[in-house]
Amino acid sequence: MTAAPDTGETVGLDRDGMARRVALDIPDGSVVNLGIGIPERITKYVPAGRELIYHTENGLLGMGPAPAPGSGDPELINAGKRQVTAIPGACYFHHADSFAMIRGGHIDLCVLGALQVSERGDIANWSTGEADAIPAVGGAMDLVAGVSAIWVVTQHCTKTGDPKLVERCTYPLTGPRVVQRIYTDLAVIDVTPHGFQLVELSPGVSFEYVQQRTAARLHPIPDGQATPAGG
Amino acid sequence: MIDKRRAGAAEAVADVFDGATVMIGGFGEAGSPIELIHALIDQGATNLTVVNNNTGSGEVGLAALIQAGRVAKMICSYPRTMNSTVFPKLYRSGATKLELVPQGTLAERIRAGGAGIPAFYTPTSVGTPLEEGKERRTFGDRDYVLEHGLVADFALIKGRVADRLGNVLYNKTARNFGPVMAMAGKVTVVQAARIVPAGELDPECIVTPGIFVDRLVEIPDPAHESELVAAGVSYP
Repeated sequence: MTAAPDTGETVGLDRDGMARRVALDIPDGSVVNLGIGIPERITKYVPAGRELIYHTENGLLGMGPAPAPGSGDPELINAGKRQVTAIPGACYFHHADSFAMIRGGHIDLCVLGALQVSERGDIANWSTGEADAIPAVGGAMDLVAGVSAIWVVTQHCTKTGDPKLVERCTYPLTGPRVVQRIYTDLAVIDVTPHGFQLVELSPGVSFEYVQQRTAARLHPIPDGQATPAGG
Repeated sequence: MIDKRRAGAAEAVADVFDGATVMIGGFGEAGSPIELIHALIDQGATNLTVVNNNTGSGEVGLAALIQAGRVAKMICSYPRTMNSTVFPKLYRSGATKLELVPQGTLAERIRAGGAGIPAFYTPTSVGTPLEEGKERRTFGDRDYVLEHGLVADFALIKGRVADRLGNVLYNKTARNFGPVMAMAGKVTVVQAARIVPAGELDPECIVTPGIFVDRLVEIPDPAHESELVAAGVSYP
């Protein structure tokens, strides 16, 4: 893998910009499970007029925003163990039912962060495989195995400049061939039978810039098929 | 007359034996039966196999049980949580073993165990390092791994309200593993903030049917793990 040169410039979208871009694409009425980190920010940017229902695997359908300071319940939390609220019409259920929703195909979409995604859709997001690390997987493997639409939202490269989009994951897999779409600070990319297919470039970002920071072949948008941002 | 109430947490866990498998409800602090765990620490049983989603935080509750050296093995999905420092130390020293199970597989293994299902196939973990050692089988066009049901000698669970017959309601996302662990425990002990007479709970709204519960302890004002951790409490 080649490290991208650090030019010190800010290029592409920030974390909120990435969350906003993902939110544009989630259809009205979807039941969605959001991972920890950038995915959590998506709720702030859902376009007016769309109703999404948020599932959190620890037993709540109809998760609302964080409570006002001092008004929360330590037993009303999300999968990241942060206090949340329940919207009118929410329901609670036990863990086996919650993962029946996941494995049974009842959740429409899951948006996750990732350490690496391969050009065939493999995702690694639970372990860097370091010998002395405490292994911890949580519900990530169940989500990628059970939810039919898996989107990843992530920085295009690591903090040290290594590409996260690769030919083959070197970290332990969370699941093989499960990711359909990747939103990064630089681009929106689909995983297709022929590999990474560019869908959209972030404002001010060139194809070559993204390809240089992708450790696998990136297929350009065919001539005449470019769509405007957010289209 | 059936009355599952016990005088206190100590009496309810008095017969937990060395080497027992103990399921402990809770997801993080939500649903953690902290008073029952503290009673188990006082009771002294050791060499336990504990099933819980996490490994506790700070030096109270489950983390205190681990710190006291009572846990030979943890079966869990996420042994890394904020303020979780006790388990990593004992895991690295080899004193406490770990069986890492994906969260949904853990829940279903417990549900299956409690439902008399010895094993089942699931797609979770296929093609990952956690598939290692498991039987793989193809159904239709997809691969699945065989997972075994889990049962326990004891299950310790936190409810909100119960009646003397053992019917239980929970508080919000504190429900999590409680209902399936209640099914999988040979002896299921529930601590509830309130125990009411039979007939007071709406039969349409019972979450855990009383048949799955053996013992009840009323703990009117249960401690919250995060508050104890913030106050620097170390148990005992």
